[in-house]
Amino acid sequence: MDALDGNAIGGLLHEVFGTEMTAATGTCAACGARAQVAEFAVYLRTPGTVARCRRCSAVLMVIVTAHGMNCVDLRGLAELVAT
Amino acid sequence: MAGTALRRRLAWQVATVAAVRTETATASTIELVADWDGHRAGQHVDVRVTAEDGYSAERSYSIASAPGESLAITVQRLDDGEVSPYLTTELRAGDQLEVRGPIGGYFVWDAAGARSPLLLVAGGSGIVPLRAILRHRERAGSAVPARLVYSARSLPDVIYLDELDRYAGDVSVTYALTRHQPPGWTGHRGRVDGALLASLAWPADDGATAYVCGPTAFVETIADGLTKLGYPPQRVKTERFGGPGGP
Repeated sequence: MDALDGNAIGGLLHEVFGTEMTAATGTCAACGARAQVAEFAVYLRTPGTVARCRRCSAVLMVIVTAHGMNCVDLRGLAELVAT
Repeated sequence: MAGTALRRRLAWQVATVAAVRTETATASTIELVADWDGHRAGQHVDVRVTAEDGYSAERSYSIASAPGESLAITVQRLDDGEVSPYLTTELRAGDQLEVRGPIGGYFVWDAAGARSPLLLVAGGSGIVPLRAILRHRERAGSAVPARLVYSARSLPDVIYLDELDRYAGDVSVTYALTRHQPPGWTGHRGRVDGALLASLAWPADDGATAYVCGPTAFVETIADGLTKLGYPPQRVKTERFGGPGGP
């Protein structure tokens, strides 16, 4: 399955964080790579939405939407800074 | 209050279809009337359609219109799609859709203050946000030099052909036709390869900014090619979409 990128989840992330996030910068907790959220490799057709690091493929974000609620796991990010 | 606009809650709203315009055999532009505070070139909107049985599906579509124009999206029909066949073949003026947006702050271009040359590279319907950029550039009277490289399966698959032809005096427009070329076609045949990219891209020293939009494999190929030409990663903005497996 081809990965999309963080542009594809701009709406979902805006809903979760209350602000524009595709231009935010994230740091991978596994390898330290820094990238803008728009550059993350994003998989939509999984159970939930998964964003991975383009350098080391570590999972950065998992967002599962169920019963009108978003469950957000950001443990793969050492840092996430909105511009 | 500073930041109010940015932090505005992203709410779903009901938009009314003002017009549906056929662009190609498989793509249509949908003009929408919505409560709209404007958008930036390159942004997109989320669209939600709900069936009579309550099943709903959401998709993200690039905004086709320029800042200052009313909201319009161009949708490419995917034969196995859940949403695009409805939007391109069944939707009529007066119908309603749920939308939220505008969305995105990365794959955007603002004419105000822009200096660096633009390199726009589109694969298939990846032309949509790049058309918004070109339209914005023209409407704003921007003098920033621009080049467009557009890969499509055939000439009839080229979206906005007439409009892009109009820009051709001012913008260098190159089509790469991957599957069918009309008789006497003197343009590029086949995919955009390294040699074509090298001949069309601004030299890396010019400080150009590239916007690349298309299917994932297309975007990866172009971004790699630009890196080899010396473009720094922050000068290569990419947007990937899923779909029919490439132009």
